[in-house]
Amino acid sequence: MRAQASHRRLLGLLRKEWLQVLRDPSSIAIAFVLPVGLLLLFGYGVSLDARNLRIGLVIEQPSAEASDLVSGFRQSVYFEPRFFDSRQAARSALAQHAIDGFIVLPADFARRLQAADEVPAQAIVNGVDANSARLLSAYVQGVWSTWLQRELATRSSGPSEPVAAETRIWFNPELRSRNYLVPGLLVVNMTLVGALLTALVMAREWERGTLEALLVTPVTLREILLGKLLPYFALGMGGMALSVLMALTLFQVPLRGSFWVLVACSMLFLLAALGMGLLISIVTRNQFVAGMIALVTTFLPAFLLSGFLFDINSMPVVVQAITHLIAARYFVAILQTLFLAGDVWSLILPNAAALAIMAILFLGLSRRLLRKRLE
Amino acid sequence: MTGPVLTAVDLRKGFGAGDRAMIALDGVSLQVGAGAVTGLIGPDGSGKTTFMRLAVGLLLPDAGRISCLGLDLSSQSGAVQGAVGYMPQRFGLYEDLSVRENLDLYADLQGLPLQERPERYAALLSMTGLGVVTGRLAGRLSGGMKQKLGLACTLLRPPRLLLLDEPTVGVDPLSRRELWRIVQGLVERERMSVLLSTAYLDEAERCADVILLHQGRVIGQGPPSSFSAPLRGRVFLVTGPTGQRRPLQARLSRQPGVRDALLQGDAVRVVTDSAEAPDCTPLGPSVSCAPAQPCFEDGFIDRLKPRTEQPADLQPLDRRRSAAPGATAAAIEVDHLSKRFGSFTAVDAVSFSVRAGEVFGLLGANGAGKTTTFRMLCGLLPPTSGRLSVAGVDLRRAPAAARARIGYMSQRFSLYAGLSVTQNLRFFGRAYGLGGRRLRQRIHWALGAFALADLADAESGTLSLGYRQRLAMASALLHAPDILFLDEPTSGVDPLARREFWGRINALAEGGITVLVTTHFMQEAEYCDRLAIMAAGALLAEGSPTQIREQVRAAPGAATGPVETLEDAFIALIQARPQTGTGDARPG
Repeated sequence: MRAQASHRRLLGLLRKEWLQVLRDPSSIAIAFVLPVGLLLLFGYGVSLDARNLRIGLVIEQPSAEASDLVSGFRQSVYFEPRFFDSRQAARSALAQHAIDGFIVLPADFARRLQAADEVPAQAIVNGVDANSARLLSAYVQGVWSTWLQRELATRSSGPSEPVAAETRIWFNPELRSRNYLVPGLLVVNMTLVGALLTALVMAREWERGTLEALLVTPVTLREILLGKLLPYFALGMGGMALSVLMALTLFQVPLRGSFWVLVACSMLFLLAALGMGLLISIVTRNQFVAGMIALVTTFLPAFLLSGFLFDINSMPVVVQAITHLIAARYFVAILQTLFLAGDVWSLILPNAAALAIMAILFLGLSRRLLRKRLE
Repeated sequence: MTGPVLTAVDLRKGFGAGDRAMIALDGVSLQVGAGAVTGLIGPDGSGKTTFMRLAVGLLLPDAGRISCLGLDLSSQSGAVQGAVGYMPQRFGLYEDLSVRENLDLYADLQGLPLQERPERYAALLSMTGLGVVTGRLAGRLSGGMKQKLGLACTLLRPPRLLLLDEPTVGVDPLSRRELWRIVQGLVERERMSVLLSTAYLDEAERCADVILLHQGRVIGQGPPSSFSAPLRGRVFLVTGPTGQRRPLQARLSRQPGVRDALLQGDAVRVVTDSAEAPDCTPLGPSVSCAPAQPCFEDGFIDRLKPRTEQPADLQPLDRRRSAAPGATAAAIEVDHLSKRFGSFTAVDAVSFSVRAGEVFGLLGANGAGKTTTFRMLCGLLPPTSGRLSVAGVDLRRAPAAARARIGYMSQRFSLYAGLSVTQNLRFFGRAYGLGGRRLRQRIHWALGAFALADLADAESGTLSLGYRQRLAMASALLHAPDILFLDEPTSGVDPLARREFWGRINALAEGGITVLVTTHFMQEAEYCDRLAIMAAGALLAEGSPTQIREQVRAAPGAATGPVETLEDAFIALIQARPQTGTGDARPG
């Protein structure tokens, strides 16, 4: 009898929440439009690969060797070479950001190469954007050394083969940064979506005075929390599914782990994110403040401190310790493993456990802090 | 059950700490009897809502005890919440759910068995008259309909005790009357006990028992007649020559032995210190005096007004020119003024004119379109169509020129809480282009005329509501405007402060300033020279209070009952209005 009444109350709350979701499109927008929009924006916008780098080439005196090297740059997908007559012209183009760097093959390039006395070419890179500069110089080095080796091999004049270090890249052989950025982005988006969904709805009930009326009915706090959690959990999982689908189809990210592990971990993560939103909502009781706090405490840390963009191991120890408080960190590790490596249990299990602990923590705190009173 | 349904013993409750600490209830002891309507009456900030929330366990007392239906609230609030019905101030409705869906939700939450629902729903819907709108979203109901739906939701499982927190605030008088009819029916038929809080003193007379709260203390408890009984023989209606009621009131209120003098229709209602009629002989030959029935408010004022204090000597403020009686110059002219927000018509072809030097009232419930009309008059909102001129200037052509001649006091007083009284005055003076000696003069005048000199350096945020209201009015008058706009200036202010405020308005009018004021207090409408009654964006009537009453009496078949008060007239006007079938409230 008692259980039945509780069941009916919960159903009533769920139906009410669902009707509100349908009538007020903002929740649907948060659950579906927001992650899709962010994924499209960042998925295409954020890339750590340098492609079509604009490189200037100054060839002071044409020669067979020089044009051979130039064709090496032309064939590379990374470069978009442009030619300049003099160093001055290239330098001013660099200053105007028309090119990212330039290479000078001096007039005595062919002669000095024959004599093999020293590196006869000069590369100048715009160092304003340090990351691009590093990439550019690495790529230039790559093209240069490939060409040099080939040149030496055809000549076979050197007494000894230079020792070449061979690099092998696992898990992401094409070195597409998108393959590990998109799973990370998914986490960032879902952190925001999860927290916003619940942060706004609970605060809305405070603001509109409806919670005051609810609290005076026989409804229990567990029912109120479940009534909020379940509908938005369903919405959040929907948004998550849509994001995964986009990652697999639109961005062609491989999924090497098992689908069901992905589902299970997503559920844990979403519970943690929704729990955080609930907690914010219960504490602030104000939609505007709750929204701002949700944004600042989820989106920014998930972006910067989750290991999605910046390696956690290279952060200072104190900051590393703080990253343990960010649920996104664990989910980034799980998703990057699942998408790029597979079911690596030694990585997935501890991170999933951490997510479960965070979910329990946030939901438990919400339950403790929500009272059947107004203060 | 004959014992009390609610008992409070030395109940104390405060909020905040340190400088911001505020005592809401200061040792309240009372009992609410069974099977009757008990009114918890007091102005805003007197502690009504805090008491209601303590009574349903939404708040815990700092000290003292409170028990409801024999259950102690500190330990058994769950059981209490299962047995009482509580309607909070904003009715607790989900605006994006329909009437039916709101009922379903609360039926689920209160555990009303499915098989009992059809019958209960039918009974509640017919009682509240909401049967025709069950599919409409609650957010699109008028204020009165929301109030009735909120009530229906608390009554799904008939509670033994019904607690209603200010159910009648801001709704139109017809809805108010209907709510009272419903509540009284519940008490008679179902022997329900009701505790109802209100800031409208005239509602006290409808209660079986009244608890009067003031500043967190119980001032008195008893049947309403016990408040007015001591005043029997001390209340009089003084009638003078037409058009002279305002000076008559001013002179009467300064007469020794007069406790209270209020405008009522064409007469002045006078409460004296002892059973002796006011001395009419010095007032003129055509002034007559007749005894009248005391009412609850007379009792309230008699209990609260300090005996020693002489009424403030309110000289005409800022006399610029004497308002010639019967002056015809129109200060404000409004012709077929309309304002639409999207598909919603907030103000619908309203026309009226205000003569220079008169006090003109806009009366209506929340959502009637008063504030929207006001904002158009002040040039804050562009009208969708129609013409309006203020102080002879067409607002569409020269809003800046018109604005320099008007003063505006908004509902929320628009003061900077962190600035002192003088700093606020200086800021508003400069904003109106005053400076140098003129500004210093005007600030000096404002501090004196509004008795703010002692508080000149006090931070505005720390002032009481009544003082903030004075400061806001002083700020609006610094640039010596011809026309003063007051948007619900007295809502939430206690009756004593309200009297003082109207004293100032009268003094302004005597000084020739035109005053336009909005209100939802019927009684305040009586203080106006002329008024316009608005409902759902339309103008229902325009004229002096007496004219409006007569119009309604004369209209064939319009009035179903006697038209004695403005409220009766208002109700008759609403009933006579052709039903457009929408009845939608203004959003927000």
